[in-house]
Amino acid sequence: MTPALSLNEAAVTFGSRTLWSDVSFALDRGEFLAVLGPNGAGKSTFLKVLLGLQQLSSGSAEVLGKPVRRGSNQVGYIPQHHNLEAETPLRARDLVALGLEGHKYGIPWTSRISKARIEDLLTQVGAQEYADRPVGLLSGGEQQRLRAAQALAGNPALLLCDEPLHSLDLNHQRAITELIRSQAVDRGSAVVFVTHEINPVIEHVDRVLYFARGDHRIGSVSEVMRSEVLSELYQSPVEVIEHKGRLVVMGEHAEGEHHND
Amino acid sequence: MIEQITSSFTTDNYWDLFWLVRNSVITAGVLGLMGGIIGIFIMLRRTGLVVHGIAEISFAGAALFLLAGLDVVLGSAVGAVVAALLIGVLAMRDKDTSGVTAVLMPFGLGLGILFLHLYQGRTANRFGLLTGQIVGVDDVQTRTLVTGAVIISAVLIVIWRPLMFASVDPQLAAARGVKTNLLTIVFMILLGGAVAMSVQVVGALLVLALLVVPSAAALKVARHPAAVVTLSCIFAVVSAVGGIMIAIMGTVPISPYITTISFLIYVVCLLLGWRQRRGSQAEPETSVTN
Repeated sequence: MTPALSLNEAAVTFGSRTLWSDVSFALDRGEFLAVLGPNGAGKSTFLKVLLGLQQLSSGSAEVLGKPVRRGSNQVGYIPQHHNLEAETPLRARDLVALGLEGHKYGIPWTSRISKARIEDLLTQVGAQEYADRPVGLLSGGEQQRLRAAQALAGNPALLLCDEPLHSLDLNHQRAITELIRSQAVDRGSAVVFVTHEINPVIEHVDRVLYFARGDHRIGSVSEVMRSEVLSELYQSPVEVIEHKGRLVVMGEHAEGEHHND
Repeated sequence: MIEQITSSFTTDNYWDLFWLVRNSVITAGVLGLMGGIIGIFIMLRRTGLVVHGIAEISFAGAALFLLAGLDVVLGSAVGAVVAALLIGVLAMRDKDTSGVTAVLMPFGLGLGILFLHLYQGRTANRFGLLTGQIVGVDDVQTRTLVTGAVIISAVLIVIWRPLMFASVDPQLAAARGVKTNLLTIVFMILLGGAVAMSVQVVGALLVLALLVVPSAAALKVARHPAAVVTLSCIFAVVSAVGGIMIAIMGTVPISPYITTISFLIYVVCLLLGWRQRRGSQAEPETSVTN
């Protein structure tokens, strides 16, 4: 079976600075990959590459065996949470509709088929209750559910999440993670989940891609999230402590439990 | 002063008078419809002040064309589109449109004053451009303005979804393949055109009353997309046409009527919006806390 995502010796350089290089791996449908690393290590750029918004300097990146391209229906994207303006003239269902046909020009007319699909997506993310309420008045968690619905609109083979839990409280974090897990992994989409913290998603993670200092490691949680592996990656002592199923990464440059916000 | 204004009112031969200004009424109505549509995007993209900047810089274009012996109206249109494009391109990287506008506006106005100074003829009667001069529109101008407004409205409807997507969530829109930078440029050109035409109705100084205030009012009371557009258009048309219909009874110029009507509509909507919000906060399930 063609992997959902495959990278072959992929590298990104800006001028003389290599952000990361020699990234090669394949992600099967249904796999959940957590992307970790400090700020500026290239996590966001990694997502941009997969979205077709950033060119690789060398190597290749393919979704379902075809080179990545911008605006592909095969790729769904949940951006970092940011509150929508209170006066945004859209209801929840209108926001989901943008995910489905927001890129289309022409008379803004929603067909009956699209309407049914939007209803379906609202049900899948559990947002029927506030489907007709203005998006600007919804809570952060509710807005993020709608973004998940937008991302699932195209039935993507690959779902990219850019810190979707950012600034959400614990309950919403858990709910959104569950949602992504059940909607994407169970229906056979691969998930690339960029996050500051592995703990909220740790039970779902199949593999970890850890970027730091122009280098990276990829493997299962127990292969990557270890003191000696991360110390080598950071080139300075890092300690990974397990406590009641949670991982605490401690070190001068490492980010794990530490938030910048 | 009030007596001065009220005593100048007369309703004699009102419909004869109205027939004389029918071109103005048609133009104002169509421009109002366009303003109601584009205003929603002006509000969403937080470019209210940019509209003012474009209007002021369009005055420099008008002054330059006056100096060169060309059509003043065309000059103001060229000035508006050039200003809009400059702001759009310069603000593309950092999205700081109000900063760029604040830099360009004094420069544009300064140029305008320079051109007027160099102009040898009488300039006093040309300042209609700053306060509006719609009562004088002839058949040709009416046709031009109506055509322009219809074209701008039609383009806005065709690009509605991508422009809404790019305005609400630029990151996601770009990821979905929407060319957000291209849309910004297209929007700025449309905005330049819309400002240039509205300048004809209410003048450079009061253009916000037609392009921004109606949408701002509509957004206070409605969230359903179709409802916002409809209300915004109604508010704009009522302000523009209503302003003219009242103004022809007296001697006070049209602009104060238009701005006052649109402001009153805004105040009413603001109060209604407050009441709506307080009403929704009373129900525990619909609290807006985050």
